[in-house]
Amino acid sequence: MNKPYWYRIAYVAVAAIVILTGILVSNAYYLQLLTFIGINTLLALGLNMLMGYAGQISLGHAAFYGIGAYTTAILTVHYAISPWLALPAAILIAMAIAYIVGVPTLKLSGYYLGMGTLGFGMIIHILFREWSSITGGASGFIGIPPLEFGPVSFASGRNYFYLVWGFVLLSLIICRRIIDSRVGRGLRSIHDGEKTARAVGVDTSQLKLQVFVLSAAFSALAGFLYAHLVYFISPGTFDFITSIRIVTMVVIGGMASIWGALLGASLLTLLPEWLHSFSEFEMVVYGLILMSVMIFLPQGLTRGLMDIYERSKKSQNR
Amino acid sequence: MQEILQYIFSGITSGAIYAVIAVGFSMLYNSTELINFAHGEFVMLGALSFITLSGPFQLPLLSAFFLSVAGVACIGMLFERLAIRTVREPNPIVLIIITVGASIFLRGVGMLVWGKDAHTMPPFSKHPPLDIEGAKLLAQSIWIVAIMFLMAAGLHLFYKKTLTGKAMQACAISQKAAWLAGIPSKFMILLAFGLSTGMGAVAGVIISPITMCGYDMGTMLGLKGFCAAMLGGLGSLWGSLIGGLLLGILEALGVGLISSGLKDATAFLLLLFILYVRPSGIISSVNVERF
Amino acid sequence: MRSNTQPLQLKWILAFIAAVCLVFASSAFSAPPAEKIYKIGGIFSVTGPASFLGDPEKKSMEMAVEQINKNGGIDGHMIEAVIYDTEGDPSKTVMSVSKLINKDKVIAIIGPSRTPTTLAVIPKVQQSQIPFISCAAGNKIVEPVKPWVFKTAQSDILAVASIYQHIKNRGLKTIGIISVENAYGQSGKEQLLAQAPKFGLQVVRSETFGGKDSDMTAQLTKIRKENPDAIVCWGTNPGPAVVAKNLKQLEMDIQLYQSHGVASPKFIELAGNAAEDTLLPTGKILVADLLAESDPQKQVLTEYVTAYENKYDTAVSGFGGYAYDAMYLLAKALDGTGGDRAQIRKNLENIKGHAGVSGVFNFSPSDHNGLDPDAFVMVRIKNGTWELIK
Repeated sequence: MNKPYWYRIAYVAVAAIVILTGILVSNAYYLQLLTFIGINTLLALGLNMLMGYAGQISLGHAAFYGIGAYTTAILTVHYAISPWLALPAAILIAMAIAYIVGVPTLKLSGYYLGMGTLGFGMIIHILFREWSSITGGASGFIGIPPLEFGPVSFASGRNYFYLVWGFVLLSLIICRRIIDSRVGRGLRSIHDGEKTARAVGVDTSQLKLQVFVLSAAFSALAGFLYAHLVYFISPGTFDFITSIRIVTMVVIGGMASIWGALLGASLLTLLPEWLHSFSEFEMVVYGLILMSVMIFLPQGLTRGLMDIYERSKKSQNR
Repeated sequence: MQEILQYIFSGITSGAIYAVIAVGFSMLYNSTELINFAHGEFVMLGALSFITLSGPFQLPLLSAFFLSVAGVACIGMLFERLAIRTVREPNPIVLIIITVGASIFLRGVGMLVWGKDAHTMPPFSKHPPLDIEGAKLLAQSIWIVAIMFLMAAGLHLFYKKTLTGKAMQACAISQKAAWLAGIPSKFMILLAFGLSTGMGAVAGVIISPITMCGYDMGTMLGLKGFCAAMLGGLGSLWGSLIGGLLLGILEALGVGLISSGLKDATAFLLLLFILYVRPSGIISSVNVERF
Repeated sequence: MRSNTQPLQLKWILAFIAAVCLVFASSAFSAPPAEKIYKIGGIFSVTGPASFLGDPEKKSMEMAVEQINKNGGIDGHMIEAVIYDTEGDPSKTVMSVSKLINKDKVIAIIGPSRTPTTLAVIPKVQQSQIPFISCAAGNKIVEPVKPWVFKTAQSDILAVASIYQHIKNRGLKTIGIISVENAYGQSGKEQLLAQAPKFGLQVVRSETFGGKDSDMTAQLTKIRKENPDAIVCWGTNPGPAVVAKNLKQLEMDIQLYQSHGVASPKFIELAGNAAEDTLLPTGKILVADLLAESDPQKQVLTEYVTAYENKYDTAVSGFGGYAYDAMYLLAKALDGTGGDRAQIRKNLENIKGHAGVSGVFNFSPSDHNGLDPDAFVMVRIKNGTWELIK
C-alpha cells in the first residue's frame, strides 16, 4: 500500500465527515463551535508549516490573523468593496507584510526569533488599538457585512460551516502537496539541521521566508473568515495571548503533522467549553492540563498517543 | 527642562523594576538556557504575598520582605522539580509551552487566593517627595533604585566570590563538564530557579507601594522585563540592569515627547531594532547564533 | 516501519472522528426543558480584566433571581439563571450567546459587562430576535436604537455631561484629559472631546495610559505643562488610583475629576489619602443613605445594598446594580407574556418610571437606555467616604 493512497482516503473521509456533520448537526451552537474549530485549524495549520516542518518558532502569528480580519473589515465597510475581492487583498497584504518582516527576522534563530516575532505581534496589536480613525480603536470595528455568493447567503450557520471547512480541506491538501514536494523535503532538512541543509545545497533563508509568507496567508484567511462570521472585531482578539494559543494548538496537537493541527485546534477550542463547569478554577485546570500534556507527551498528542499504541502492540507481540 | 528631569525620574523608577525582572530572566537563561514565561507571575506572587504579610498579618516590612521572597523562591524551586526536571524532551518549544501553562496556572491560583480586585500598600517610608529643580523624586523611587543596586552587587559577589556561585557559572558554561568536575549540576539548576524566581519576587515587593497589584499584573511586566533582558544582552547581569533602566527612561521620554499611546510600542520597537542590528544586546560577550 | 505507521494514521483519524461524534452525541440527548421554568441567560466577564464588573453583576443577578423566586416567581413560573463567563473576550461571548440561545433555549439574555463584547453579539441577538439587556456603558450599544437591544448601565454621555456641568458651574475653563487605553477609555475620551465646546470648555491636552501601567507621572507632567484648570481621568480601577496617587506625589494643585468607572469603595481603598477631594459622577448607590426620603430610588437602593451586603459580605459597588435592574426590568416585562419573546420585547420598550438601582428607567421606542441625567449625582471624596454635592 503506498502513501498517497492512504492520504486520499483520509481526505475523502474528512470530506465525508464534514458533509455528514453539516447534515446531521442541526443545533446552531454546535455548528458555530465547529466553525470556530475550522478557523482555528487554519491558524494552526499555517503555523505548523512554519514550526513543525521548518522548525522556526513564531510568537506573533495573531498579527497576521488580525491583518486578515482588519483588511477585509476596512475594505468592505470604508470602501464598500465586495468581500470576495477583499479576500485576496487581505491575503496579499498579509503576505507582503510577512515578506518585509521576515527578511530581517528570520535571520534570527531560537529564542531570538521568538522574541522578534513577539515584538512584531505586539506592535501590530498596538497599531490596531491606536490607529482609531481607521480601525475603530479599542472599541472595535462594527458593521462588517455577511458573506454572500450570488443567491447563496452565508449568514446562516450551516452555510458558513461548509464554507470554512471547505477552505480547511483545501488548505490541508495544499499543505500535504507542499510537504511531499521538493520544497517540503528542503523544509524538513532545515528542521533537522540548518547548517547541514545549506551544505547540501538547500537555499535555507529563501525557503524559510517562503514558508513564513505561506503561513501568514493561512492566518489571514482565518482572520477573513472570523471577521465575516462575527461581524465585529476588536484588537483584544489579536493579542499576544492569541499568538500563544495558536502555538499551543500546534504543539499540543503534534508538530510536523497536518492532522495534529486539526486535533490541536479542536481540543483547544473545545477545552474551554468543557472547563466552563469549573468556573473559578478554570484557569488552574487549564494550566495544569497544558503542563501535563507537555511533560508526559512532549511530541504532542498525535505522536504521543501513537507511541503509546505502538508500545502496547510491541508488548503484546512479545 | 523641569519636564525632562521629571520624565527621567519616572523612567528610572519603572526602569529599575524592569531591570530587576530582567536580571531574573537573565540569570535563569544563563544557567539553564530557558526563558521562563511564568516569570511575571512570580513577580505577582511576590507583590501580593508581601502586601498580605505586611498588611493583614502586620509583620514588620523587613521580615515580610524576606518571608515573601523566600516563599516565592520555594514555589519556583518546586516548579522546577515538578514541571521542568520531569520533562522528557527538554527542547525550547516544549519548555515554552510548559512555562506558559505554569503562568496560566499561577494566575489562576493568584485569583483564587487574592480575589479579582487590586491591592496596594503604603510606601516603605513616609518621607515627602524630594524637589530637584522643580521635578519630584519619590522616596520610594530611591528605595527601588537602592535595592536594585544592592541586589546587583550581591549577585556579582555571589558569582565571583562564593564557591556555589562559581559552580553555578560552571554549569552555565557546560552542564556536563561541570558534572564531570563534581558539581551537582541538577542542584545548581534548582538553585538557579530559586534565585531567579526570588528575584522576581523582589521586583514584586518593591513595586507594590507605587502601583496597584492584582492577579493579572504579571504578563505585561514579564514581557517588558523580557525586552529589557534582550536589550542589555540575555545572560548578562549588568547588561540586564542597563537594558532595564534604558527601557524605562526611553518609555517615559517617549510618552513625554512623542505620544502616550505609543508607550508600549516603544519597548517592542526598541526590541526589534536591537535584534536586527545587534542581537547580542548592548553589553554582551556572548555571540548569538545568527545566520 | 513504513507500512506499519500508515494504517495507524488512518486508525488515528477514525478514533478522532469517533471521539468527536461521541462528544456531540452525548450532548444531543439533554433533558427537555421543564414547562414551568423561565430560563434567563446571563453572560458576564466574571474572570479576566473586567472581573470587577462581571463578578458583582453575576452575584446581583443570582440574588435578584432568588428574590423573585422566593416571592412566587412570575405568573407561577420559576426563573432559572444560566450564567456563563465571557472572560471579557469577544469570541467567547459570541459562543456563549449562541449556546444560551440554541442549547439552553433561554428566553432573554442579560449582559455582557463590556462594550466590545456587547457589540460583538448584537448582530447575533438581532438575528435570533431575543430580548437582550446589556450591562455595558458604551453609547454605541443603543445608538442607533436596535429593536432587541436594551441597556441598564448609564451611558458615558450622561456622565460627561454631569462632570462638565459641574466644571462650568465652578467657572473653570480649561481641562486636561487622561484616559485608559481600552474601549471604556476611548469611548469616554470621544465624549469628553465632543461635548467640551457645548459647555464652553477647552481641552488643552489629552493623554492615555495602559490599564496595567505602574506609573503615570510622565503623562501628568505633560498635562501640567499646559496648566489646565481641571483634569478629568477616564478609566476603571486600578489605573485611576495610580493617577490620583501620582497627582499628589507631583504636588500638582489641580482639581481631579474621575469617571463613574471608579465608583466603588475599592477606589478609596487603593488611592488612600490621594483620593481626598476627588470629584466624580456616580449612580445614587454610593450615597444611598444620604438621599432624601422623597427620592424615588431610596427604597430600592436601601433594599439592594442591605441584601447584597448581607448575602455576600462584601462592600457594594455600583456595577452589580446593572444586572439587578436588568433582571427586575425583565421580570416586569415577562409578566403575563407566557414567555413570548416578541411580547417581552414590546413590554420592555413600554416600561415607564421603573425605579432601579442605576436610575429611573423610562424606555421608549427611541430610547433603549431610558435614563436621564438625574441618574447621576456628583460626589466628593472626603475623609475616606463619599459626600453628596447638592
